[in-house]
Amino acid sequence: MARATREAYGDELVRLVQENPKVVVLDADLAGSTNSIRAAEYAPERFFDMGIAEADMIGVSAGLAASGYIPFASSFAMFCTGRVWEQIRNSVAYPGLNVKIVGSHSGISVGEDGVTHQAIEDMAIMRDITGLAVYCPCDQWETKAVIRQVMEENGPCYIRLGRAKVEDVYDENKEFNIRKINVLRKGTKVAVFATGLMVQMTLKAADILKEQGIDVTVIDVCSIKPIDKEGVAAILKDHEQIFTVEEHSITGGLGSVICEIACETIPRIVHRIGMFGFGESGEWQQLLHEYKLDGEGIAEQIQGYLNM
Amino acid sequence: MEYEALRKIANDMRINIVKMVSNAKSGHPGGSLSAADIVALLYFNVMDITKENAGTIDRDRFVLSKGHASPLLYAVLAEKGIIPKDELLTFRLLHTRLQGHPDMNELDGIDMTTGSLGQGLSAAVGMSLANKLDKNDHRIYCLIGDGESEEGQIWEAAMAAAHYKCDNLCAVIDYNGLQIDGRVEDVIGPAPFDSKFQAFGWHTINVDGHNFEELEKAFAEAKTVKGKPTCIIAKTIKGKGVSFMENEAGWHGKAPNAELTAVALKDLGGE
Repeated sequence: MARATREAYGDELVRLVQENPKVVVLDADLAGSTNSIRAAEYAPERFFDMGIAEADMIGVSAGLAASGYIPFASSFAMFCTGRVWEQIRNSVAYPGLNVKIVGSHSGISVGEDGVTHQAIEDMAIMRDITGLAVYCPCDQWETKAVIRQVMEENGPCYIRLGRAKVEDVYDENKEFNIRKINVLRKGTKVAVFATGLMVQMTLKAADILKEQGIDVTVIDVCSIKPIDKEGVAAILKDHEQIFTVEEHSITGGLGSVICEIACETIPRIVHRIGMFGFGESGEWQQLLHEYKLDGEGIAEQIQGYLNM
Repeated sequence: MEYEALRKIANDMRINIVKMVSNAKSGHPGGSLSAADIVALLYFNVMDITKENAGTIDRDRFVLSKGHASPLLYAVLAEKGIIPKDELLTFRLLHTRLQGHPDMNELDGIDMTTGSLGQGLSAAVGMSLANKLDKNDHRIYCLIGDGESEEGQIWEAAMAAAHYKCDNLCAVIDYNGLQIDGRVEDVIGPAPFDSKFQAFGWHTINVDGHNFEELEKAFAEAKTVKGKPTCIIAKTIKGKGVSFMENEAGWHGKAPNAELTAVALKDLGGE
Protein backbone atom coordinates (compact mmCIF):
# COMPACT_ATOMS: atom_id res chain seq x y z
CA MET A 1 0.00 0.00 0.00
CA ALA A 2 1.21 3.49 -0.71
CA ARG A 3 0.62 6.19 1.83
CA ALA A 4 2.50 9.43 2.52
CA THR A 5 4.30 9.65 5.85
CA ARG A 6 2.37 12.85 6.55
CA GLU A 7 -0.86 10.89 6.15
CA ALA A 8 0.43 8.30 8.57
CA TYR A 9 1.12 11.16 10.99
CA GLY A 10 -2.55 12.12 10.79
CA ASP A 11 -3.59 8.47 11.23
CA GLU A 12 -1.59 8.10 14.42
CA LEU A 13 -2.39 11.56 15.78
CA VAL A 14 -6.09 10.73 15.63
CA ARG A 15 -5.39 7.75 17.89
CA LEU A 16 -3.12 9.63 20.25
CA VAL A 17 -5.51 12.52 20.96
CA GLN A 18 -8.21 10.01 21.79
CA GLU A 19 -5.98 7.91 24.01
CA ASN A 20 -4.07 10.61 25.84
CA PRO A 21 -5.82 13.78 27.08
CA LYS A 22 -2.43 15.48 27.44
CA VAL A 23 -1.71 15.41 23.70
CA VAL A 24 -2.29 18.79 22.05
CA VAL A 25 -1.85 19.60 18.38
CA LEU A 26 -0.66 22.87 16.87
CA ASP A 27 -0.23 23.92 13.29
CA ALA A 28 0.62 27.06 11.35
CA ASP A 29 -2.07 27.24 8.68
CA LEU A 30 -0.96 24.05 6.97
CA ALA A 31 -3.04 21.67 9.04
CA GLY A 32 -4.71 20.18 5.99
CA SER A 33 -1.41 19.55 4.27
CA THR A 34 0.39 18.18 7.32
CA ASN A 35 -2.72 16.13 8.19
CA SER A 36 -2.77 17.49 11.76
CA ILE A 37 -6.26 18.86 11.12
CA ARG A 38 -7.61 15.35 11.41
CA ALA A 39 -6.93 15.45 15.17
CA ALA A 40 -9.26 18.45 15.46
CA GLU A 41 -12.26 16.30 14.68
CA TYR A 42 -11.61 14.13 17.73
CA ALA A 43 -10.24 16.75 20.14
CA PRO A 44 -11.28 20.19 18.90
CA GLU A 45 -10.41 21.82 22.23
CA ARG A 46 -6.86 20.47 21.96
CA PHE A 47 -6.21 21.61 18.41
CA PHE A 48 -4.73 25.08 17.97
CA ASP A 49 -4.18 26.70 14.62
CA MET A 50 -1.62 29.39 15.35
CA GLY A 51 -1.89 30.97 11.94
CA ILE A 52 1.11 31.74 9.76
CA ALA A 53 3.24 32.43 12.81
CA GLU A 54 5.67 29.58 13.30
CA ALA A 55 7.85 31.31 15.88
CA ASP A 56 4.82 31.80 18.10
CA MET A 57 3.73 28.21 17.49
CA ILE A 58 7.03 26.94 18.88
CA GLY A 59 6.86 29.27 21.88
CA VAL A 60 3.23 28.40 22.65
CA SER A 61 4.18 24.72 22.39
CA ALA A 62 6.93 25.36 24.93
CA GLY A 63 4.43 26.96 27.30
CA LEU A 64 2.01 24.05 26.91
CA ALA A 65 4.83 21.58 27.53
CA ALA A 66 5.89 23.55 30.62
CA SER A 67 2.33 22.97 31.84
CA GLY A 68 2.41 19.19 31.41
CA TYR A 69 0.94 18.88 27.93
CA ILE A 70 2.51 17.01 25.01
CA PRO A 71 2.39 19.32 21.99
CA PHE A 72 2.79 18.06 18.45
CA ALA A 73 3.59 21.18 16.42
CA SER A 74 3.59 20.74 12.68
CA SER A 75 4.16 22.72 9.53
CA PHE A 76 6.24 22.28 6.40
CA ALA A 77 9.77 21.18 7.29
CA MET A 78 11.15 24.44 5.94
CA PHE A 79 9.06 26.61 8.24
CA CYS A 80 9.08 24.62 11.46
CA THR A 81 12.87 24.20 11.46
CA GLY A 82 14.78 26.84 9.52
CA ARG A 83 12.50 29.74 10.27
CA VAL A 84 12.42 28.95 13.98
CA TRP A 85 15.79 27.39 14.67
CA GLU A 86 16.60 29.77 17.46
CA GLN A 87 13.18 29.46 19.09
CA ILE A 88 13.59 25.68 19.08
CA ARG A 89 17.07 25.96 20.56
CA ASN A 90 16.29 28.46 23.30
CA SER A 91 12.62 27.93 24.18
CA VAL A 92 12.39 24.16 23.64
CA ALA A 93 15.71 22.33 23.66
CA TYR A 94 17.61 24.33 26.30
CA PRO A 95 14.82 23.93 28.87
CA GLY A 96 14.30 20.36 27.60
CA LEU A 97 10.58 20.88 27.08
CA ASN A 98 8.53 18.00 25.74
CA VAL A 99 7.68 19.45 22.32
CA LYS A 100 7.36 17.23 19.24
CA ILE A 101 8.09 19.21 16.07
CA VAL A 102 6.80 17.56 12.94
CA GLY A 103 7.97 18.83 9.55
CA SER A 104 6.10 17.52 6.55
CA HIS A 105 6.87 18.26 2.87
CA SER A 106 10.60 17.84 3.46
CA GLY A 107 13.18 17.45 0.72
CA ILE A 108 12.77 18.09 -2.99
CA SER A 109 9.79 15.74 -3.23
CA VAL A 110 7.54 18.62 -2.14
CA GLY A 111 7.85 19.18 -5.88
CA GLU A 112 6.35 22.05 -7.82
CA ASP A 113 6.56 24.61 -5.00
CA GLY A 114 10.26 24.82 -5.71
CA VAL A 115 13.32 25.85 -3.75
CA THR A 116 11.66 28.06 -1.13
CA HIS A 117 9.63 25.10 0.10
CA GLN A 118 12.22 22.34 -0.33
CA ALA A 119 13.87 21.78 3.03
CA ILE A 120 17.17 20.07 2.36
CA GLU A 121 18.96 21.41 5.44
CA ASP A 122 16.46 20.55 8.18
CA MET A 123 18.15 17.44 9.54
CA ALA A 124 21.50 19.24 9.63
CA ILE A 125 20.25 22.22 11.59
CA MET A 126 18.03 20.21 13.94
CA ARG A 127 20.70 17.59 14.60
CA ASP A 128 23.08 20.20 15.97
CA ILE A 129 20.71 21.29 18.72
CA THR A 130 21.61 19.75 22.07
CA GLY A 131 19.04 17.30 23.38
CA LEU A 132 16.82 17.35 20.30
CA ALA A 133 16.22 13.93 18.74
CA VAL A 134 15.80 13.71 14.95
CA TYR A 135 13.78 11.01 13.20
CA CYS A 136 13.21 10.45 9.50
CA PRO A 137 10.84 7.50 9.02
CA CYS A 138 10.59 5.80 5.64
CA ASP A 139 7.02 4.56 5.38
CA GLN A 140 3.64 4.75 7.05
CA TRP A 141 4.34 1.99 9.56
CA GLU A 142 7.64 3.39 10.70
CA THR A 143 6.06 6.85 10.92
CA LYS A 144 3.28 5.60 13.16
CA ALA A 145 5.81 3.82 15.36
CA VAL A 146 7.87 7.01 15.71
CA ILE A 147 4.87 9.20 16.48
CA ARG A 148 3.67 6.80 19.17
CA GLN A 149 7.13 6.29 20.63
CA VAL A 150 7.90 10.00 20.99
CA MET A 151 4.57 10.54 22.73
CA GLU A 152 5.56 7.94 25.29
CA GLU A 153 8.97 9.49 25.90
CA ASN A 154 9.66 12.79 27.60
CA GLY A 155 11.85 15.12 25.56
CA PRO A 156 11.93 17.31 22.49
CA CYS A 157 12.32 15.93 18.98
CA TYR A 158 12.03 16.72 15.30
CA ILE A 159 10.28 14.30 12.95
CA ARG A 160 10.87 14.67 9.23
CA LEU A 161 7.99 13.63 6.97
CA GLY A 162 7.24 13.82 3.27
CA ARG A 163 4.50 14.89 0.93
CA ALA A 164 4.70 12.06 -1.59
CA LYS A 165 2.96 8.73 -1.29
CA VAL A 166 5.53 6.07 -0.45
CA GLU A 167 5.34 2.34 -0.83
CA ASP A 168 5.40 0.19 2.26
CA VAL A 169 8.90 -0.85 3.24
CA TYR A 170 7.63 -2.72 6.27
CA ASP A 171 4.47 -4.63 6.93
CA GLU A 172 1.82 -3.69 9.39
CA ASN A 173 2.99 -6.16 12.02
CA LYS A 174 6.59 -5.01 12.13
CA GLU A 175 7.74 -4.32 15.67
CA PHE A 176 9.99 -1.29 15.61
CA ASN A 177 12.86 -0.27 17.77
CA ILE A 178 13.07 3.21 16.29
CA ARG A 179 16.53 3.84 17.76
CA LYS A 180 18.09 0.91 15.89
CA ILE A 181 19.05 0.77 12.26
CA ASN A 182 17.19 -1.82 10.19
CA VAL A 183 19.02 -3.98 7.69
CA LEU A 184 16.48 -4.47 4.92
CA ARG A 185 18.60 -6.47 2.52
CA LYS A 186 21.90 -8.25 3.00
CA GLY A 187 24.58 -8.06 0.37
CA THR A 188 28.34 -8.26 0.32
CA LYS A 189 31.07 -5.64 0.32
CA VAL A 190 28.80 -2.67 -0.47
CA ALA A 191 26.52 -1.13 2.18
CA VAL A 192 24.02 1.64 1.49
CA PHE A 193 22.52 3.61 4.37
CA ALA A 194 19.31 5.42 3.44
CA THR A 195 16.69 7.47 5.25
CA GLY A 196 13.12 8.60 4.62
CA LEU A 197 11.79 8.45 1.09
CA MET A 198 15.24 7.37 -0.10
CA VAL A 199 14.87 3.97 1.58
CA GLN A 200 12.40 2.68 -0.99
CA MET A 201 14.36 4.33 -3.80
CA THR A 202 17.52 2.62 -2.56
CA LEU A 203 15.71 -0.72 -2.50
CA LYS A 204 14.82 -0.13 -6.16
CA ALA A 205 18.46 0.75 -6.84
CA ALA A 206 19.51 -2.46 -5.12
CA ASP A 207 17.30 -4.44 -7.51
CA ILE A 208 18.92 -2.76 -10.50
CA LEU A 209 22.42 -3.32 -9.12
CA LYS A 210 21.66 -6.97 -8.42
CA GLU A 211 20.83 -7.49 -12.06
CA GLN A 212 24.29 -6.16 -12.78
CA GLY A 213 25.83 -8.57 -10.33
CA ILE A 214 26.32 -6.12 -7.46
CA ASP A 215 24.79 -7.34 -4.24
CA VAL A 216 24.36 -4.43 -1.81
CA THR A 217 23.29 -4.29 1.81
CA VAL A 218 20.51 -1.74 2.35
CA ILE A 219 20.03 -0.17 5.76
CA ASP A 220 17.15 2.04 6.90
CA VAL A 221 18.29 4.74 9.31
CA CYS A 222 15.22 6.28 10.93
CA SER A 223 16.84 7.75 14.02
CA ILE A 224 19.37 10.25 12.72
CA LYS A 225 19.89 11.32 16.32
CA PRO A 226 20.49 9.51 18.53
CA ILE A 227 22.28 7.35 16.01
CA ASP A 228 22.70 3.61 16.50
CA LYS A 229 26.46 3.90 16.60
CA GLU A 230 27.14 0.24 17.33
CA GLY A 231 24.80 -0.92 14.60
CA VAL A 232 26.42 1.40 12.07
CA ALA A 233 29.93 0.40 13.14
CA ALA A 234 29.04 -3.28 12.70
CA ILE A 235 27.92 -2.56 9.14
CA LEU A 236 31.09 -0.58 8.44
CA LYS A 237 33.16 -3.49 9.73
CA ASP A 238 31.47 -5.98 7.42
CA HIS A 239 31.61 -3.89 4.24
CA GLU A 240 34.31 -2.32 2.09
CA GLN A 241 32.36 0.37 0.25
CA ILE A 242 29.91 2.60 2.05
CA PHE A 243 27.18 4.81 0.59
CA THR A 244 24.60 7.11 2.12
CA VAL A 245 21.42 8.26 0.38
CA GLU A 246 19.21 11.08 1.60
CA GLU A 247 16.77 13.57 0.14
CA HIS A 248 18.74 16.26 1.91
CA SER A 249 21.95 18.18 1.53
CA ILE A 250 24.97 15.88 1.65
CA THR A 251 26.31 18.02 4.49
CA GLY A 252 24.97 17.72 8.00
CA GLY A 253 22.46 14.92 7.54
CA LEU A 254 22.72 11.15 7.21
CA GLY A 255 25.91 11.31 5.13
CA SER A 256 27.67 13.34 7.77
CA VAL A 257 26.41 11.11 10.57
CA ILE A 258 27.85 8.00 8.92
CA CYS A 259 31.11 9.80 8.10
CA GLU A 260 31.46 10.83 11.73
CA ILE A 261 31.03 7.25 12.90
CA ALA A 262 33.42 5.97 10.24
CA CYS A 263 36.02 8.48 11.46
CA GLU A 264 35.56 7.45 15.07
CA THR A 265 35.23 3.68 14.70
CA ILE A 266 35.94 1.74 11.51
CA PRO A 267 37.62 4.00 8.92
CA ARG A 268 35.91 3.64 5.55
CA ILE A 269 35.52 5.73 2.42
CA VAL A 270 31.94 6.99 2.50
CA HIS A 271 30.24 8.19 -0.69
CA ARG A 272 27.42 10.61 0.08
CA ILE A 273 24.46 10.68 -2.28
CA GLY A 274 21.96 13.48 -1.84
CA MET A 275 21.46 17.10 -2.75
CA PHE A 276 24.56 19.10 -3.71
CA GLY A 277 22.71 22.42 -3.88
CA PHE A 278 19.23 23.88 -4.30
CA GLY A 279 16.58 22.02 -6.26
CA GLU A 280 13.91 23.54 -8.52
CA SER A 281 10.24 23.25 -9.42
CA GLY A 282 8.92 20.12 -11.02
CA GLU A 283 6.79 17.07 -10.51
CA TRP A 284 8.33 15.08 -7.66
CA GLN A 285 9.22 11.92 -9.57
CA GLN A 286 10.78 14.06 -12.30
CA LEU A 287 12.82 15.87 -9.68
CA LEU A 288 14.06 12.65 -8.12
CA HIS A 289 15.04 11.53 -11.60
CA GLU A 290 16.72 14.84 -12.42
CA TYR A 291 18.79 14.81 -9.23
CA LYS A 292 19.53 11.09 -9.57
CA LEU A 293 17.65 10.21 -6.42
CA ASP A 294 15.25 7.67 -7.90
CA GLY A 295 16.12 3.97 -8.12
CA GLU A 296 17.89 4.34 -11.45
CA GLY A 297 19.75 7.45 -10.44
CA ILE A 298 20.96 6.00 -7.16
CA ALA A 299 22.06 2.79 -8.92
CA GLU A 300 23.89 4.86 -11.50
CA GLN A 301 25.66 6.93 -8.86
CA ILE A 302 26.67 3.88 -6.84
CA GLN A 303 27.98 2.17 -9.93
CA GLY A 304 29.87 5.28 -10.91
CA TYR A 305 31.70 5.41 -7.61
CA LEU A 306 32.40 1.67 -7.67
CA ASN A 307 33.99 2.00 -11.12
CA MET A 308 36.24 4.85 -10.03
CA MET B 1 1.20 43.82 52.08
CA GLU B 2 1.22 47.48 53.03
CA TYR B 3 2.96 49.69 50.52
CA GLU B 4 5.50 50.93 53.03
CA ALA B 5 6.72 47.38 53.68
CA LEU B 6 6.58 46.66 49.95
CA ARG B 7 8.66 49.75 49.27
CA LYS B 8 11.31 48.37 51.59
CA ILE B 9 11.25 45.02 49.79
CA ALA B 10 11.58 46.70 46.38
CA ASN B 11 14.46 48.74 47.72
CA ASP B 12 16.17 45.65 49.14
CA MET B 13 15.72 44.02 45.74
CA ARG B 14 17.40 47.01 44.12
CA ILE B 15 20.29 46.78 46.58
CA ASN B 16 20.69 43.10 45.74
CA ILE B 17 20.48 43.79 42.02
CA VAL B 18 23.36 46.26 42.31
CA LYS B 19 25.38 43.86 44.47
CA MET B 20 24.81 40.90 42.15
CA VAL B 21 25.78 42.76 39.00
CA SER B 22 28.73 44.45 40.70
CA ASN B 23 30.03 41.17 42.11
CA ALA B 24 29.61 39.39 38.77
CA LYS B 25 31.21 42.34 36.99
CA SER B 26 28.51 41.90 34.36
CA GLY B 27 24.76 41.80 33.97
CA HIS B 28 21.87 44.15 33.30
CA PRO B 29 21.14 46.62 36.09
CA GLY B 30 19.11 49.27 34.22
CA GLY B 31 16.13 47.16 33.21
CA SER B 32 16.22 45.21 36.46
CA LEU B 33 15.93 48.37 38.53
CA SER B 34 13.17 49.83 36.34
CA ALA B 35 10.81 46.89 36.93
CA ALA B 36 11.60 46.22 40.60
CA ASP B 37 8.40 47.87 41.88
CA ILE B 38 6.22 45.99 39.37
CA VAL B 39 7.76 42.63 40.25
CA ALA B 40 7.76 43.25 44.02
CA LEU B 41 4.05 44.05 43.89
CA LEU B 42 3.32 41.05 41.67
CA TYR B 43 5.08 38.57 43.93
CA PHE B 44 3.80 39.97 47.25
CA ASN B 45 0.34 41.39 46.50
CA VAL B 46 -0.89 39.79 43.28
CA MET B 47 0.43 36.28 42.60
CA ASP B 48 -0.18 33.32 44.91
CA ILE B 49 3.39 32.02 44.76
CA THR B 50 4.92 30.88 48.06
CA LYS B 51 8.05 29.05 49.12
CA GLU B 52 5.91 25.92 49.48
CA ASN B 53 4.26 25.94 46.05
CA ALA B 54 7.19 27.41 44.09
CA GLY B 55 8.25 23.99 42.81
CA THR B 56 4.81 23.29 41.34
CA ILE B 57 2.74 24.81 38.57
CA ASP B 58 -0.37 24.73 40.73
CA ARG B 59 -0.20 28.51 41.19
CA ASP B 60 0.03 31.75 39.25
CA ARG B 61 3.11 31.86 37.03
CA PHE B 62 5.45 34.60 35.87
CA VAL B 63 7.41 34.66 32.62
CA LEU B 64 10.28 37.12 32.55
CA SER B 65 10.30 37.58 28.81
CA LYS B 66 13.00 40.24 29.17
CA GLY B 67 15.25 37.54 30.60
CA HIS B 68 18.28 39.80 30.89
CA ALA B 69 16.57 41.30 33.95
CA SER B 70 17.37 38.03 35.73
CA PRO B 71 18.87 39.82 38.78
CA LEU B 72 15.40 41.20 39.39
CA LEU B 73 13.86 37.72 39.35
CA TYR B 74 16.54 36.25 41.60
CA ALA B 75 16.15 39.20 43.97
CA VAL B 76 12.40 38.73 44.35
CA LEU B 77 12.74 34.94 44.74
CA ALA B 78 15.20 35.64 47.56
CA GLU B 79 12.75 38.07 49.19
CA LYS B 80 10.10 35.34 49.01
CA GLY B 81 12.48 32.88 50.68
CA ILE B 82 12.44 30.63 47.60
CA ILE B 83 16.20 30.91 47.19
CA PRO B 84 18.66 31.75 49.99
CA LYS B 85 19.78 35.36 50.00
CA ASP B 86 23.41 34.39 50.34
CA GLU B 87 23.20 32.56 47.02
CA LEU B 88 22.55 35.84 45.19
CA LEU B 89 26.24 36.66 44.99
CA THR B 90 26.86 33.52 42.94
CA PHE B 91 25.02 35.23 40.08
CA ARG B 92 26.81 34.59 36.75
CA LEU B 93 29.71 32.78 38.43
CA LEU B 94 30.85 29.34 37.29
CA HIS B 95 28.55 26.51 38.49
CA THR B 96 25.87 28.90 39.73
CA ARG B 97 22.16 28.13 39.63
CA LEU B 98 21.70 31.84 38.94
CA GLN B 99 22.56 31.77 35.26
CA GLY B 100 23.05 34.99 33.31
CA HIS B 101 19.58 34.50 31.92
CA PRO B 102 16.97 32.46 33.84
CA ASP B 103 17.06 28.66 33.53
CA MET B 104 13.80 27.06 34.64
CA ASN B 105 15.53 23.78 35.42
CA GLU B 106 17.92 25.35 37.91
CA LEU B 107 15.54 26.94 40.41
CA ASP B 108 12.02 26.45 41.71
CA GLY B 109 10.10 29.57 40.95
CA ILE B 110 11.53 30.17 37.49
CA ASP B 111 8.58 29.42 35.26
CA MET B 112 10.24 29.71 31.87
CA THR B 113 13.74 29.71 30.47
CA THR B 114 14.18 33.07 28.75
CA GLY B 115 16.86 35.39 27.52
CA SER B 116 16.49 35.45 23.79
CA LEU B 117 14.13 38.37 23.40
CA GLY B 118 10.59 38.13 22.07
CA GLN B 119 9.95 34.52 23.05
CA GLY B 120 8.47 34.73 26.54
CA LEU B 121 5.04 36.00 25.58
CA SER B 122 4.48 32.98 23.32
CA ALA B 123 5.35 30.65 26.20
CA ALA B 124 2.97 32.61 28.42
CA VAL B 125 0.21 32.13 25.84
CA GLY B 126 0.91 28.39 25.89
CA MET B 127 0.63 28.37 29.69
CA SER B 128 -2.59 30.34 29.47
CA LEU B 129 -4.06 27.82 27.00
CA ALA B 130 -2.97 24.98 29.30
CA ASN B 131 -4.72 26.62 32.27
CA LYS B 132 -7.86 26.95 30.19
CA LEU B 133 -7.71 23.27 29.20
CA ASP B 134 -7.16 22.41 32.87
CA LYS B 135 -10.04 24.72 33.80
CA ASN B 136 -8.09 26.24 36.68
CA ASP B 137 -8.09 29.85 37.86
CA HIS B 138 -4.35 30.38 37.88
CA ARG B 139 -3.14 33.46 36.08
CA ILE B 140 -0.09 33.96 33.88
CA TYR B 141 1.96 37.15 34.06
CA CYS B 142 4.56 38.15 31.53
CA LEU B 143 7.01 41.04 31.77
CA ILE B 144 8.11 42.40 28.40
CA GLY B 145 10.68 45.09 27.66
CA ASP B 146 9.65 48.06 25.58
CA GLY B 147 12.64 47.49 23.31
CA GLU B 148 11.85 43.78 23.32
CA SER B 149 8.48 44.50 21.73
CA GLU B 150 10.36 45.31 18.54
CA GLU B 151 10.59 41.55 18.05
CA GLY B 152 7.93 40.39 15.60
CA GLN B 153 7.18 37.29 17.66
CA ILE B 154 5.69 39.49 20.39
CA TRP B 155 2.99 40.51 17.95
CA GLU B 156 2.44 36.97 16.72
CA ALA B 157 1.85 36.03 20.34
CA ALA B 158 -0.34 39.10 20.91
CA MET B 159 -2.53 38.03 17.99
CA ALA B 160 -2.81 34.48 19.29
CA ALA B 161 -3.58 35.57 22.86
CA ALA B 162 -6.50 37.69 21.66
CA HIS B 163 -7.73 35.03 19.22
CA TYR B 164 -7.80 32.39 21.94
CA LYS B 165 -9.32 34.84 24.43
CA CYS B 166 -6.52 34.44 26.95
CA ASP B 167 -8.16 36.46 29.72
CA ASN B 168 -6.05 34.62 32.29
CA LEU B 169 -2.98 36.28 30.79
CA CYS B 170 -1.68 39.69 31.82
CA ALA B 171 1.36 41.18 30.11
CA VAL B 172 3.26 44.13 31.50
CA ILE B 173 5.41 46.38 29.37
CA ASP B 174 8.34 47.83 31.27
CA TYR B 175 8.23 51.12 29.41
CA ASN B 176 11.51 52.63 30.51
CA GLY B 177 12.10 54.23 27.13
CA LEU B 178 15.65 53.02 26.62
CA GLN B 179 17.35 50.15 24.87
CA ILE B 180 21.00 49.31 24.22
CA ASP B 181 21.41 51.64 21.27
CA GLY B 182 19.58 54.57 22.86
CA ARG B 183 16.05 55.90 23.27
CA VAL B 184 13.46 53.46 21.95
CA GLU B 185 11.82 56.17 19.86
CA ASP B 186 15.17 57.02 18.27
CA VAL B 187 16.12 53.42 17.59
CA ILE B 188 12.96 52.17 15.89
CA GLY B 189 9.93 53.63 17.71
CA PRO B 190 7.87 50.73 19.07
CA ALA B 191 5.37 53.08 20.76
CA PRO B 192 2.46 53.68 21.09
CA PHE B 193 1.90 50.46 23.02
CA ASP B 194 -1.67 51.00 24.13
CA SER B 195 -3.25 51.53 20.72
CA LYS B 196 -1.08 48.78 19.19
CA PHE B 197 -2.18 46.20 21.77
CA GLN B 198 -5.78 47.44 21.51
CA ALA B 199 -5.63 46.96 17.75
CA PHE B 200 -4.48 43.40 18.43
CA GLY B 201 -7.57 42.84 20.58
CA TRP B 202 -6.17 43.42 24.05
CA HIS B 203 -7.44 45.42 26.98
CA THR B 204 -4.81 47.97 27.97
CA ILE B 205 -4.13 50.03 31.07
CA ASN B 206 -1.51 52.77 31.34
CA VAL B 207 0.12 53.20 34.73
CA ASP B 208 3.08 54.71 36.51
CA GLY B 209 5.26 51.65 36.99
CA HIS B 210 6.63 52.97 40.27
CA ASN B 211 3.22 53.63 41.82
CA PHE B 212 2.06 50.59 43.80
CA GLU B 213 -1.50 51.83 44.07
CA GLU B 214 -1.88 52.32 40.33
CA LEU B 215 -0.20 49.01 39.61
CA GLU B 216 -2.32 47.05 42.09
CA LYS B 217 -5.50 48.59 40.72
CA ALA B 218 -4.43 47.70 37.19
CA PHE B 219 -3.72 44.06 38.11
CA ALA B 220 -7.10 43.90 39.84
CA GLU B 221 -8.81 45.38 36.79
CA ALA B 222 -7.05 42.88 34.53
CA LYS B 223 -8.55 40.03 36.58
CA THR B 224 -12.04 41.33 35.88
CA VAL B 225 -11.58 41.62 32.10
CA LYS B 226 -13.21 38.65 30.38
CA GLY B 227 -12.68 37.36 26.86
CA LYS B 228 -9.42 39.19 26.17
CA PRO B 229 -5.92 39.45 27.59
CA THR B 230 -4.73 42.59 29.33
CA CYS B 231 -1.56 44.55 28.76
CA ILE B 232 -0.45 46.94 31.46
CA ILE B 233 1.84 49.59 30.05
CA ALA B 234 3.96 50.65 32.98
CA LYS B 235 5.95 53.84 32.50
CA THR B 236 9.18 53.42 34.38
CA ILE B 237 12.60 54.95 34.84
CA LYS B 238 15.48 52.83 33.67
CA GLY B 239 18.04 52.47 36.47
CA LYS B 240 15.43 53.69 38.99
CA GLY B 241 16.89 54.43 42.41
CA VAL B 242 20.54 54.73 41.38
CA SER B 243 21.35 58.36 40.62
CA PHE B 244 23.92 57.85 37.88
CA MET B 245 22.02 55.02 36.19
CA GLU B 246 18.64 56.70 35.92
CA ASN B 247 17.59 57.32 32.32
CA GLU B 248 21.02 56.33 31.01
CA ALA B 249 21.00 53.75 28.20
CA GLY B 250 24.67 53.04 28.95
CA TRP B 251 23.66 51.18 32.13
CA HIS B 252 21.53 48.65 30.27
CA GLY B 253 24.13 45.92 30.41
CA LYS B 254 27.10 47.20 32.36
CA ALA B 255 28.33 46.59 35.91
CA PRO B 256 29.42 49.44 38.15
CA ASN B 257 32.99 49.38 39.47
CA ALA B 258 33.67 49.38 43.22
CA GLU B 259 33.53 53.14 43.50
CA LEU B 260 30.26 53.48 41.63
CA THR B 261 28.81 50.48 43.46
CA ALA B 262 29.38 52.37 46.70
CA VAL B 263 27.57 55.40 45.25
CA ALA B 264 24.70 53.19 44.08
CA LEU B 265 24.32 51.49 47.44
CA LYS B 266 24.43 54.87 49.18
CA ASP B 267 21.66 56.07 46.85
CA LEU B 268 19.60 53.06 47.90
CA GLY B 269 20.45 53.39 51.59
CA GLY B 270 22.31 50.09 51.57
CA GLU B 271 25.90 49.31 52.32
